[in-house]
Amino acid sequence: MRSSSVNPDSHDVAIALNGITKRFPGVVANDRISLTFRRGEVHALLGENGAGKSTLIAIMSGMQRPDSGQIQVAGRSVRITSPSAALRLGIGTVYQHVLLVPSLTVLENLMLGAPWWRPCNRTATLKRFEELSALLSTNVAPDSLVGRLSLGQQQQVEIMRALWHGELVLILDEPTSMLTPQGVAELGVVVRRLRDHGVAVVFITHKLKEAYDLADRVSVLRLGRVVGELGPEDLRAKSELEAIDAVVAMMFGREEEPEDLKTTLLGGARERDGLSVAERSGEPALSMRGCHSHGDPGECPLAGVDLDVWPGEILGIAGVDGNGQKHFAEALAGQRRLSAGSILLGGEAVERTDVIQRRARGVRYITDERLGEGTAARHSVATNLILKEIGKSAFWRHGLTQWRQINEHGRKMIAEHDIRAPSERTTIEKLSGGNIQKVLLAREWAPDASLVIFNKPTYGLDLQTTKRARDWIKSGAGAPGAVIIVISNELDELIEVCHRIAVIDRGRIAGVVDAGDGATSEIGRLMTGAEAA
Amino acid sequence: MDALLTEVFIGSLIFGAVTAGVPLLLAGLGEQVSEKSGVLNIGLEGMMLIGAYAGFTAAYLSDSFLLGFLAGGFAGLATAALMALLCVILGMNQIVVGIAITLGAEGLTALLHHFQFSRSYPRLSKVETWPIPGLSDLPYVGSALFDRNVLIYFAILLTVAMVWVFRRTHFGLNLQAAGDKPAALDATGVNVKATRSAAVLITGFLGGLGGAYMSTVGGGLFLPFMTGGAGFIAIVLAMLARGHPLWVLVGALLFGASLSMATALQVAGVNIPTDVVQMLPFAMVILVLVLFARHSQLPPALGIPYHRGER
Amino acid sequence: MTDSSQPRWAPEALHRVLRVLLPILLALGAGAVLLVILGKDPLAYYGYVLKRGLYSPSGFEASITRMAPLLLIAAGLIVAFRAGLWNLGVDGQFLLAAVFVSALTPALLPFMPAIAAIVLAFLVAVAVGAAWSLIPAFLKARHGINEIISTLMMSFLGVSFANVLIKIPFNDPSTTVPQTATLPVDDRLARLGDSTVHWGVVLAVIMVVAVHYLMERTSLGLKLQIVGTNPRTAIHCGLDVKRLTFVAFAISAGLAGLAGAVDVLGVHGTIRADWNPAYGIVVIPLVFLARFNGFAVIAFVFFFAVLMIGGESAARRLGVPSFFVLVLVALLMLFFAVIEFLDHARRNRAGS
Repeated sequence: MRSSSVNPDSHDVAIALNGITKRFPGVVANDRISLTFRRGEVHALLGENGAGKSTLIAIMSGMQRPDSGQIQVAGRSVRITSPSAALRLGIGTVYQHVLLVPSLTVLENLMLGAPWWRPCNRTATLKRFEELSALLSTNVAPDSLVGRLSLGQQQQVEIMRALWHGELVLILDEPTSMLTPQGVAELGVVVRRLRDHGVAVVFITHKLKEAYDLADRVSVLRLGRVVGELGPEDLRAKSELEAIDAVVAMMFGREEEPEDLKTTLLGGARERDGLSVAERSGEPALSMRGCHSHGDPGECPLAGVDLDVWPGEILGIAGVDGNGQKHFAEALAGQRRLSAGSILLGGEAVERTDVIQRRARGVRYITDERLGEGTAARHSVATNLILKEIGKSAFWRHGLTQWRQINEHGRKMIAEHDIRAPSERTTIEKLSGGNIQKVLLAREWAPDASLVIFNKPTYGLDLQTTKRARDWIKSGAGAPGAVIIVISNELDELIEVCHRIAVIDRGRIAGVVDAGDGATSEIGRLMTGAEAA
Repeated sequence: MDALLTEVFIGSLIFGAVTAGVPLLLAGLGEQVSEKSGVLNIGLEGMMLIGAYAGFTAAYLSDSFLLGFLAGGFAGLATAALMALLCVILGMNQIVVGIAITLGAEGLTALLHHFQFSRSYPRLSKVETWPIPGLSDLPYVGSALFDRNVLIYFAILLTVAMVWVFRRTHFGLNLQAAGDKPAALDATGVNVKATRSAAVLITGFLGGLGGAYMSTVGGGLFLPFMTGGAGFIAIVLAMLARGHPLWVLVGALLFGASLSMATALQVAGVNIPTDVVQMLPFAMVILVLVLFARHSQLPPALGIPYHRGER
Repeated sequence: MTDSSQPRWAPEALHRVLRVLLPILLALGAGAVLLVILGKDPLAYYGYVLKRGLYSPSGFEASITRMAPLLLIAAGLIVAFRAGLWNLGVDGQFLLAAVFVSALTPALLPFMPAIAAIVLAFLVAVAVGAAWSLIPAFLKARHGINEIISTLMMSFLGVSFANVLIKIPFNDPSTTVPQTATLPVDDRLARLGDSTVHWGVVLAVIMVVAVHYLMERTSLGLKLQIVGTNPRTAIHCGLDVKRLTFVAFAISAGLAGLAGAVDVLGVHGTIRADWNPAYGIVVIPLVFLARFNGFAVIAFVFFFAVLMIGGESAARRLGVPSFFVLVLVALLMLFFAVIEFLDHARRNRAGS
């Protein structure tokens, strides 16, 4: 299953990569990669985190230079030396994280990149904008500030920018991770239109189902190499399940290996056994009423959250990023004061208590920003493990720090939680994302917890760690009887681990759905602002 | 209190406000360019001082104000080049380097002045003015506003030009993008470091020009440490102006007025100690910060060096 | 506790020494070049500085005495910088406290024993210094206003305000130059043995060591460090960032105030109008160079005190104004940044 031989003469080849190699200190990110992307074809690139997808995109979009190998664009050998060189060749990239300037308008964002001494040419820009609006059949107002657009609209603007200098290649990096199910469907329509228009679409994803739905051709990367490819004929000949089996086999090398990893990979696990329907007749363990918060510019505050969760229940919070998830988590954890409303935990009002008091009541919060707020980057693993216990008697006596006890505790936790760290004194920023997540889980683990909040618990983790985290949540996070809240924008993940899923939309709970069959479409409806049925 | 309303008093107040406000305006506009692009230029005070020294020396030796202005601007630019190299290109700590530049400029100019003029403080000849026909004869404001040095007119025109540059040119868009989301600018193929370096150089030039104005048009002589914190006030003005050049103009004139109040009052026969007068601008900055703290707005990427591939 | 054990310790130790020594040597070298340009003999200058600041007994004692205010200011800066706060207003805090102390102490002496007056003066100095940091602390804690600007503005304001105080309410009418009442030499801080060194130096060393242990060995110190590393982490962990901001500012500015008191009560006994030694701004690079380590700070402050005292003599004798020391400080800071940058790049290459 080596990739098919490169045929640079063929007029429909947009980019041909030949033997692309890129090394970083200690790792070969791309190892002699040869791939061909054709006009009028949607080509999905699949692979785990670290398989080399991002590096490959960076090379094609001019952000990185390969150590060796050739690139041909439309039959000509080229060197893509910079992002602008890539754009001039007609290679446009839409990154996973929005790369638009929020304080500029749509048109101004589209104008960026012209020589600096020129005055802005609004007329010409507007003309091209309207052409592309028609091609994509979108209707974004050209003079609205980008910061005010929805993420879906921002992505449309990014696609326009990617196609601005020519409609040869469009690279989409995990384009669905921020979108509603409807947004994903709309993106599918746009992608197919572009394909029929003759654009070579390169589609990077880790979701197998999406790849199967959208792609004409699938290539799989593992450890920096191309390990297999399914052409249009292969895909047509196979059923969805067969195709997925084939891809999984390529991703892991051995056919028999990872039956349960496959479930993690596919998401929306078919059997959700291991989850018992929680008792929901008694008093709710957590009850939020009319919760409001104040937000800084660019944040979405809470605008009247009402929610009841019962003991032992795992509740998912679904929603498009930036609809108040962050404030929701922070308000529960005690990091953010409510401007109005109440939070009852085990029947007692806690909305006026702070983080430390709530922690004493068994509230635990695993933040999504592991390095940004969860840990103190330049401090040791041991210090980070007791970060929420500063001044407590076990590690401080008469206000004096007992470093020996802290380091001892660190060593113990490293062993118990299988944290891969050279030493308890290693600074935490040197650890991998998965191991930092383990540090957070170890710090927040408590058998007598009453409320555990997970914010994007598997974001950016590899499959093994993702699976471990999901299993941990499914088993009740080691705290029987606790309310567990899981905030995620991966709907499949929520459906797999949760009993019920609440949808958050513009700072309110738009509705709560049982995580059963048909949940996806109902959640999708709620995410786009429709009222609960 | 009649004295407070006379033509002489109002004329000298406006005259003084412009005289003291123009260096703040030039430096504040310059700092605004840096801040917009994401560089907090704490070295501005030093750049002004270097500009003041170079401007005075050039004007003194050549007997030409214009050469003095140019020398001041380019000396400020040269100082800024050091800042751009260390902070933008190499990504060093902007605050450490900024303080070092200010300290170094203070020491160096005082030292050079000492070795050049020993303890004498020579003065320049009278300022060349450029009366605007028709307007310069107006009562109250005529001689204070329209019979002034060419650099003053330049500063006002520059303010208007900046509005246009920020809103209507690619350079303006690039600046805004570099301060708001540098990675987005990078992805469109514009060099973030080049954009920011250009911004820092502009700051240096305008700061140097402002300093040259202080030593030539403003005082006609150079004194060690003569900028006395004007660079820092200009930084505050730029912070509070939220990216709009016109607010820098308004702020600069208000501060200029508070600085010139003492002279105007003395003209009117009221006497207050100079130390109290010296406190005024700083007390005003603090007051303004306390009152309008919530309104100051800085670009998200301010102070953070940009390296491709880091988030 | 941020140091990670490196297996290749020998080259690592060498690098550590170089990281500290190189900026100093480069700054002195660049300063020498400047002296040559100005037509002075750098060897003669540095030799004279060493002779007057270190070798001569009176110079050595003056250098040790000068360490007192510098060390106290440095102690305060260690706290502020480790808590992530740029307290650049120490000069205003220092001078205002000094002025209050110099006016207050002579007035207190008739009513109480000297030791009580001195203790009271110290407390007032700490309070005045801390009070002068309240507005920047408030602006930072409540509105996130950059404290660099607000502390600098307060410093300028404080220096002018101190002059107003000296010239009007605290002016000693018996002198022709505006200055505060003079404290009799016998009532100033006691000397150590036969030397001219007063015991404020001992207090200063104790404070630096105390601050070092406060930051390394107490819960408050760790909390301040976390705020300094990442305020969002601090909020996440339930630390009261606003309160800690006030605390760090108060300690930092209070120590700057104490420095003012020690300098007035130990050395000057009075303050003349327009006196502003601007110690604060020159201590900043030393604290950075010492990487916030209290013991290293003591060594660097000693080095710098020698430079200052020697430089002041050289200004009179060799005609090199003491502004030259300011240039040296700036060069020291620039080379510190450059070496830090190169070291960082080196470690990035070695690591990952």
